[in-house]
Amino acid sequence: MALAAAAPAGPRSPQPDSPTPPPSDSLHEGHGDDSGTVGDVDLIAFDPSTFATTFDGGKVTALGGGRSLREWEVVALNKDIEVAPGVVFPAWTFNGQVPGPTFRARQGDQLRFRFTNGSSHAHTIHFHGIHPPSMDGVDPIIEPGAEFIYEFEARPFGLHLYHCHVMPLKRHIHKGLYGAFIIDPPGGRTPARELVMVMNAFDTNFDSENEVYAVNTVAFHYARHPIQVKVGERVRVYLVNITEFDLVNSFHLHASMFRLYRTGTNLEQFELTDIVTMGQGERHVLEFTLEHPGRFMFHAHQSEFAELGWMGMFEATPEESA
Amino acid sequence: MTALPSPTARPKPRLPLWLAVLLPVVALAAVFFAFARGGVLSALRSDIPPVESLTIGAVQMDRDGFEFDVFNGGAQTVTLAQVTVDDAYWQFHTHPSPVIQRFGQIRVHLYYPWVRAEPLAVHLVTSTGQTFAVEIPVASETPRPGLKQFGLYGLIGVFVGIVPVALGMLWFPALRRFSRRWVDAVLALTLGLLVFLFVDTLSEGLESAHALPGVLQGVSLFILAALLTWLALLAITSSRRAANAAPPATGGWFLALLIALSIGMHNLGEGLGIGAAFALGEAALGTFLVYGFTLHNITEGVGIVAPLLRSTNTSPLNEKPVGLISFVGLALLAGGPAVVGAWIGGFAYSPVLGTLFLGIALGAVWQVIAEVGRMLLQRARSEGTPFVTWLNLAAFLLGVGVMYLTAFLVQA
Repeated sequence: MALAAAAPAGPRSPQPDSPTPPPSDSLHEGHGDDSGTVGDVDLIAFDPSTFATTFDGGKVTALGGGRSLREWEVVALNKDIEVAPGVVFPAWTFNGQVPGPTFRARQGDQLRFRFTNGSSHAHTIHFHGIHPPSMDGVDPIIEPGAEFIYEFEARPFGLHLYHCHVMPLKRHIHKGLYGAFIIDPPGGRTPARELVMVMNAFDTNFDSENEVYAVNTVAFHYARHPIQVKVGERVRVYLVNITEFDLVNSFHLHASMFRLYRTGTNLEQFELTDIVTMGQGERHVLEFTLEHPGRFMFHAHQSEFAELGWMGMFEATPEESA
Repeated sequence: MTALPSPTARPKPRLPLWLAVLLPVVALAAVFFAFARGGVLSALRSDIPPVESLTIGAVQMDRDGFEFDVFNGGAQTVTLAQVTVDDAYWQFHTHPSPVIQRFGQIRVHLYYPWVRAEPLAVHLVTSTGQTFAVEIPVASETPRPGLKQFGLYGLIGVFVGIVPVALGMLWFPALRRFSRRWVDAVLALTLGLLVFLFVDTLSEGLESAHALPGVLQGVSLFILAALLTWLALLAITSSRRAANAAPPATGGWFLALLIALSIGMHNLGEGLGIGAAFALGEAALGTFLVYGFTLHNITEGVGIVAPLLRSTNTSPLNEKPVGLISFVGLALLAGGPAVVGAWIGGFAYSPVLGTLFLGIALGAVWQVIAEVGRMLLQRARSEGTPFVTWLNLAAFLLGVGVMYLTAFLVQA
């Protein structure tokens, strides 16, 4: 594990154990581009950069008439995950990762999730969207070792989510049993650089308050590893809020504005803005292009969340330099 | 019925002494070995999450940031993963490393643009996600040890310790003209004052003991220090009493000395608290604190001279007259430790030391309560008057009450 002993990243950080006080110009408020944390997480175990661009369409079988059958295997597993450098959280996961896989289908597809509970507690998968109540993931509860097949038609198109719906709900959600669920419109969306961002948080000492905030689990990951985009390229963010304990979370983009498609269920833009505030379970599709090269910060506009890990960077490079 | 072995029976062959001494030790080692090999502990422990226990030392602040020690008093190694300041992750440095062995200590430093006179909420986040709070109630630069600071703390010690005790003793000439029953009342007042000090020392000591890391067993340390002090004073008093067997057993001068000593130990504890409060940046409360302690401690001077009244008033076996030098000595003995306490508290505050001193004070005060009580009782017996008169009771309550009310002034 990358437990940086005493040397923080960042150009302006003074050397550890330096006998002399830092030069006075290091007396800055805040820390510029640096993240507040020291060190980095084990990216082999889970890399949020990879997660953001990974979409799981399942095993596809053509059904005719343009429809497909999509099948997934989902396993609930207990797993210790690193939510900030050196900070381990005893998570409950779908398929060993938090957030769980981003499931993606096209409107009208037949979906089949074979769910096995390989963990120590009872769980379910509750999908948002339109489906029969028997497939809603509230009843029956799947006991450890048991199995259940959720099968329904993908509708309506938009950005949805899924999560465990076993009581106590707060615990089952904040322990990590959630993920994004994208249903594409029949005609698809305009090609773009697509990213999944699940706003989540972790109560590492179990006092019903979060110690770590992030998009895609790891505090300050995209500050340490900015998301690379091209100037003028269309960027599409599938943004989901699953933060527990806090009433709202938000997404704010610096030096640019994004088109907001609420819940992604309408192809007409709702508004052009640079900030969107969301309650738990809300999700929106955001589209924008960065018009200048350089680093564009994005973060929760709850400053507290931002400074506890929910802050990142887009790094736009000129098209010709590709 | 079998016959009991007769005492004259032939002695059985006995183990050599060294073996007899070692045998239990060897057996103990064998039991430990069996326990460890049998995997009993690991079976008990297997699924139990680690409980971490960190204790944070006094925070030293300078213009560019602050630093503090972290002590691991828990059962296993703890790794410091991150630090938040006012709910924001902040870069930090550790020396020698972020890994804290059991009973180990590291130093943590942060560069932070703190705001003067405002509180800071610092939290340590360990590798298991547990959090530990670092208290900075009022941010201000930690005074650097220097001649000026040394003099300043010394002066504070003089003001809260020596001055009030000496002022209280100035009542002596007036008190010695008191009639017998009024002298009794002054003794009862002293008793009230001492009972208050006992309760106060007990609560302060327990508070200080609870702040210590678990491994040091603060409450035991505190109580044992009190017990040892009490027993030592008991031994001294008893041997003295045995030496001059004729009543009155306890000389007034000796008792005054004892009271001064125990009040001195208590004032050492107070001095530590005041010095530490100044050092921790609670200087804003300081002036009030000094006035408060000065008023509070005046009663102590009365208490010290109270036993001396007896010799002048009633005892035909008059002891040597008490000279001015002796009074100065008593004042220094009772008040001087406040100066020492202020220095220690200001420059090298150690909760362990604080707890120990408070324990010593507790034991001493207890012994003095017993002695003053005995004196009052003897006086009552020799005159055939009741021990608890209305006047004595009122004086006792006055003693407790004055201490209680003036203590309002020194509650931070």
